Amino acid sequence: MSELALKAGEVDTSHGPILYMEGVSVSFDGFKALNNLSLYIDAGELRCLIGPNGAGKTTLMDVITGKTRPDTGSVFFGQTIDLLQMDEPAIAQAGICRKFQKPSVFDMLSVFENLELALATHKGVWPTLFAKLSSVHRERIEQVLETIGLTEHRHHLAGILSHGQKQWLEIGMLLMQEPKVMLVDEPVAGMTHQEVERTAQLLLSLQGERSIIVVEHDMEFVRSIAQHRVTVLHEGSVLTEGTMDEVQNDPRVKQVYLGD
Amino acid sequence: MLLNFYKHDKAAAFLMVSIGFIALFVPLCNLILPAESALHFSAYSVSLIGKYLTFALLGLSLDLVWGYCGILALGHGAFFALGGYAMGMYLMRQIGNRGVYGNPLLPDFMVFLNWRELPWYWYGFDQFWFAALMVLLVPGLLAFVFGWLAFRSRVTGVYLSIITQALTYALLLAFFRNEMGFGGNNGLTDFKEILGFNIQSEAVRAYLLMASGMVLIMAFLVSRWVMDSKLGRVVTAIRDQEMRVRFLGYRVELFKLWIFVFAAMLAGIAGALYVPQVGIINPSEFSPLNSLEIVIWVAIGGRGTLYGAIVGAVLVNYAKTLLTGWAPEIWLFFLGATFILATVFLPDGLFGFWQCRLKGQKS
Repeated sequence: MSELALKAGEVDTSHGPILYMEGVSVSFDGFKALNNLSLYIDAGELRCLIGPNGAGKTTLMDVITGKTRPDTGSVFFGQTIDLLQMDEPAIAQAGICRKFQKPSVFDMLSVFENLELALATHKGVWPTLFAKLSSVHRERIEQVLETIGLTEHRHHLAGILSHGQKQWLEIGMLLMQEPKVMLVDEPVAGMTHQEVERTAQLLLSLQGERSIIVVEHDMEFVRSIAQHRVTVLHEGSVLTEGTMDEVQNDPRVKQVYLGD
Repeated sequence: MLLNFYKHDKAAAFLMVSIGFIALFVPLCNLILPAESALHFSAYSVSLIGKYLTFALLGLSLDLVWGYCGILALGHGAFFALGGYAMGMYLMRQIGNRGVYGNPLLPDFMVFLNWRELPWYWYGFDQFWFAALMVLLVPGLLAFVFGWLAFRSRVTGVYLSIITQALTYALLLAFFRNEMGFGGNNGLTDFKEILGFNIQSEAVRAYLLMASGMVLIMAFLVSRWVMDSKLGRVVTAIRDQEMRVRFLGYRVELFKLWIFVFAAMLAGIAGALYVPQVGIINPSEFSPLNSLEIVIWVAIGGRGTLYGAIVGAVLVNYAKTLLTGWAPEIWLFFLGATFILATVFLPDGLFGFWQCRLKGQKS
C-alpha cells in the first residue's frame, strides 16, 4: 500500500500494526504457556498487558525477542520482517528492545558506561574494540541521562543505585538503542509510591515515537498509564482487549483476575 | 597510551617499572659482575626468574578469560604447552647432526623409533619465523575451534570448566603416545642452539630473561588497552549479565571467542619463552593440575586486575621453589590450604585486599 519503496531493513508499518503475532503456541513439557495467541500492536502505541501469574506474559516477551521459539504461529515485525528467523542480537539490532523483570544493569560499570554499551552503533567485535565515543553519541547519552533523571549519578557505579534507579537506568539503556518497540516487564515491581509515579510519567513521555508494551501486576499503575487499549491474557491466550474501564467491567476478567 | 595509564594507575605503572628493572638488572648483574660479588645472580637464578616471568604472562592471559570474562577455564595450560611444543620443535630441528645418533634430519627419538622420514607436521620448524608463527597459530586455532563450538552452544559455568579440563587431559594422553611424533613420554629436550647461539650459555639465558620481561610488559600494555576499550567493557558486562548483553544486540559468543583466542595466543607465547629457559617440554605440561595452579595464582593475586595475576604467579611460584626444595611432600597441601584461605579471607585476592585497605585509609 505504501507508495514509497522501503529501504532495506526498514520496518513496514503501512497497515498500522508494527508487531503481528498470529496463532502462536508454546508448550513446555505439555504445559501450554501460550495457546494459539494472536496480538497486534500498533506503531506508536502504549499497550498494557495484564493477567494473572502463569498467563504467559513473560513467555510472550521471550517469543518476540527470540529467547523462546514457538511451536506454531508467526511473529512479524512490520509487514516484512519475520522475527522467527532471527536470534536475540539480530532482533535487538532491528529495534525491539526489552527490559527484564529483575533489573539487569552492569553493576561494575558506571551509569554512563552502561548507557554507552547500549548505544545504537556497530556491535561487532572489531568495531567495538576500536570504538571512539563521538560528540553526537556523548550528547545522546547526556540526553538520556536527563530523561531518566540520573544525570548527577553518571559517574557512579550502577551497582550502588537504588532499585528504582536501576529500573530507570535499564529503561535508559533501551532508549539508547533507539528502539521501535520497547518491551517493559514489570517496571514498578518493588518501587516506592513516588518512584511508581515517576516511572508512569517517564513511560507516558516516551510513547508516540515508539511502541511500548508494558507488562504489569500493579493495577493502579496500569490505570495511570493505560490511555488506549489494555490486553488481558489468561492461560496463554488473549481473554479480552479494550479500554481499562471496559476490561475492568468485563465479568470474565473479574472472574479470572480481579477476583471481585 | 603509556603516559596516560601511568597517570591514573600507579600500581600498574610501578609493577611495569619493576619488571623492566628486573629484566635488565638481573641479566646485567649476571653477565658483568664477578661471581664473588654480592649482587651477582647465578645462572640458576637467572633461569628461575625468567621462568617466573613466563608464568606471570600465563597468569595474565588466564585473567583476561576468567577475571574479566568470567570463563573459569581449567585447561588453560594446554595453550601454554602447545606454544612450548612449537618452540621445542624448532629447538629440536636446530640440533641437526649433533644428536646422539647423528642424524641430520631426524630428532633422536624418531631414529630410536626407527622412523625413516620426518612427519609432515615437522616441516618448516627448522625456520624460526615459522615456529614463531605456529606459537601463535596452534594455540589460537585450537582455542578458536573449541571456543566456537562451546560458546555457540552456550555452554557456560561448571560445564565449560569441565570440558576445558577434559581438553587438556585428552591432549596429555595424546602427547604421551610415541606414534604422535612429539617424543612421547620424554618430550623434547637436549636442545643445543637457539637462533645460532648456544642455548646453555649464560648470555643466552640472560637474554631470554630480558625477552620474557619485555614480552610480559608488552602483553600487559596491550591487555590493558583492550580492557580499557569498549570491548573490555562489553566483556566485563558479559561476565556480570550475559543475557542483558545479548539483548543489547551484541553477539556474546563472538566476544567470548575473541578474548579466549587472544588469551590462548598469549599463553602460547609464554610457553614458547618457557621452554628454552627450562630446556625441556614434555606431556606433563598438559596435566590438569598445572591448569589448576594457574587458576590459583590468579585467585591469590586478585582477579580482573591484570597485575594481580602477575604478582600472584610470581609469589606462588617463589613459594613453590622454596617449599619444594625444603619439604617437597607438603607443597600440594600448602597450595591447597593457601587457595582455601585466599578464597575465604581474600575473595578478591591480594590486590583486592590492598585496594580495600587503601580505600579504608582514605575514608
